[in-house]
Amino acid sequence: MDIFIQQVVSGLATGGIYASLALALVMIYQATDVVNFAQGNMAMFSTYLAWSFLQAGLPYWVTFALTVIIAFVGGLLIERIVIRPVEGAPILTIVIVTLGLLVIFTSVAGWIYSYIQKPFPSPFPEKPIRIGQIVFGAHDLGAIGVTLVMLVVLFLFFRYTTLGLAMRAAAQNPVSSRLCGIRVSWMLGLGWGLAAAFGAVAGMMVAPVVFLDPNMMGGIQLYAFAAATVGGFTSPLGAVVGGLLVGVTENLVGTYVSFIGTELKLTVALAMIIIVLLVRPAGLFGRTTIRRV
Amino acid sequence: MAADSGAAAKAAEGGADAPAAARTAAAARSLRLGAVLVVLVLAAALPLFVSGFRLFQFTQVLIYAIALLGLNLLTGYNGQFSLGHGAFYGIGAYTSAIMVDRWGIGYGWTIPTAGLVCLIVGFLFGRPALRLEGLYLALATFSLALAVPQILKYFEDWTGGSQGIVLSKPKAPLHLPLTEDQWLYFLTLAVTIVLFVLAANLLGGRTGRAIVAIRDNHIAAEAMGVNNALYKSVTFGVSAAYTGIAGALSAIVVAYVAPDSFDVFLSITLLTGIVIGGFGTIAGPIYGALFIQFVPNWAQDISKAAPWAIFGLFLIGFMYVMPRGIAGFLQLVWIRLTRRAVSRSSNST
Repeated sequence: MDIFIQQVVSGLATGGIYASLALALVMIYQATDVVNFAQGNMAMFSTYLAWSFLQAGLPYWVTFALTVIIAFVGGLLIERIVIRPVEGAPILTIVIVTLGLLVIFTSVAGWIYSYIQKPFPSPFPEKPIRIGQIVFGAHDLGAIGVTLVMLVVLFLFFRYTTLGLAMRAAAQNPVSSRLCGIRVSWMLGLGWGLAAAFGAVAGMMVAPVVFLDPNMMGGIQLYAFAAATVGGFTSPLGAVVGGLLVGVTENLVGTYVSFIGTELKLTVALAMIIIVLLVRPAGLFGRTTIRRV
Repeated sequence: MAADSGAAAKAAEGGADAPAAARTAAAARSLRLGAVLVVLVLAAALPLFVSGFRLFQFTQVLIYAIALLGLNLLTGYNGQFSLGHGAFYGIGAYTSAIMVDRWGIGYGWTIPTAGLVCLIVGFLFGRPALRLEGLYLALATFSLALAVPQILKYFEDWTGGSQGIVLSKPKAPLHLPLTEDQWLYFLTLAVTIVLFVLAANLLGGRTGRAIVAIRDNHIAAEAMGVNNALYKSVTFGVSAAYTGIAGALSAIVVAYVAPDSFDVFLSITLLTGIVIGGFGTIAGPIYGALFIQFVPNWAQDISKAAPWAIFGLFLIGFMYVMPRGIAGFLQLVWIRLTRRAVSRSSNST
């Protein structure tokens, strides 16, 4: 039982990271109907920036804030400069452009920082926390905490600020929003910025676990896809629940199903994606879109 | 090819009377045929001029061309995204390697077998993929590409785990006076020609029109009596079979397979190939194959990371300025040239 609870908690911690990245995917999907395949690698790049700041001697939380801000601006600029020209193009075109971004970020990171793995510090104490018989990693609990704080901030932003309302409106009904004087195109840019900021947090939370490496987000992005698919690409809440669900499932299956272990973890995510897409394409919380033909 | 010249003829019709247009179309057709013949002769004579590693690279170009043609059938002609064709390439390569290394079967047999295995796997993957539209199919195939190296490593008894399988290069049969590289080049060239002719025939006929109709408007196609589900999953299977045959050839030619060479970046490379070459054309895969084989080689001199940066820039750049790739661009140039000729001839009459 102790092992079970421990696995669930550490599943929740990785799940929180998947949830952050999935939330970033969902945010862009809701606004533009596109999945950003470069999301994970943008996050990886932000984490490298954070590593540079830490090397320069900045304290952790200053680095954290700085990285999130830079990621936000970077995401905004990418939308304005790279995605804007293909706004409204066929989906395949936009997917290809985001794949282009993916390989560019990977190779630029490899170019600047080399392909050698680097350790990345955790802001949380190394000493594990004991509750009764059960031992929790402090980083795990910290990652869950950071994810929760971000979610609350995001919820408050969308629920109680005019800008948040404008962004929701732009995503739901671009034409009417434009008539109301909302600058829809800029709202999309803001969405990309926020998504990139979320990705940066996910990157900084996962890097102490998987180490920094230009390809570190490959598996995590697959899990984030699974999370967003399970929860539904149209639902932020779904992304969070999906992320936690995927994280916990991944850990439990890895522990208790011996033939899968850690070696087929990615296949589990693939299977989850395919099963959900077949059984309930809209995901658990997504709304089914009915299209007039 | 017939479809291409048909398009040219249709475009030419706009500016001139019918006989002139027909004449231009006929001229275009014979010119095209001539060009194909010249390319074939050059390709057959290539081993006289280059040898060793250079020839090996051209063999690789042919292999890529087959894989790209497969991907183009699916994405370019049928309009189904696949960001995971590297997976089928890998399955083909491993089919061949396992048959040769573990079971001692002659390498020649492994090529059609790899095609058959991938046909079945592709068909089975294409079946559920029917329910996935656009973006979701991209997502599922991308996930497949991400997961494949791990799956290959898992079945260690067969695949040799992360060590991969080392094969030996086959010698030329019947005591032909050819080096191993030359023999493999001709073998690959023969397979390439057969597969390209088959694809051209398939696409030029009724089946091809059905495949394209589904891409352009699947509801209208259904209304015209095209069995969407069947055509889409069969196209998926055939496309996977082409890519699998390419994979099998690559296993034989490179004489080595390892799981990490079939990662998601291979799939992105293939996608880059058809973006550069041109969606929905037969010639596009050849241009694309030349690009993905030689450009990284040149870029490697700058930095280890440079090839990917260049791929990325080309992917984005082509989407902005040349969304139909090199083949589409050449077609446009050809139409411009012939249209002028047509209008001049119609002015003089």
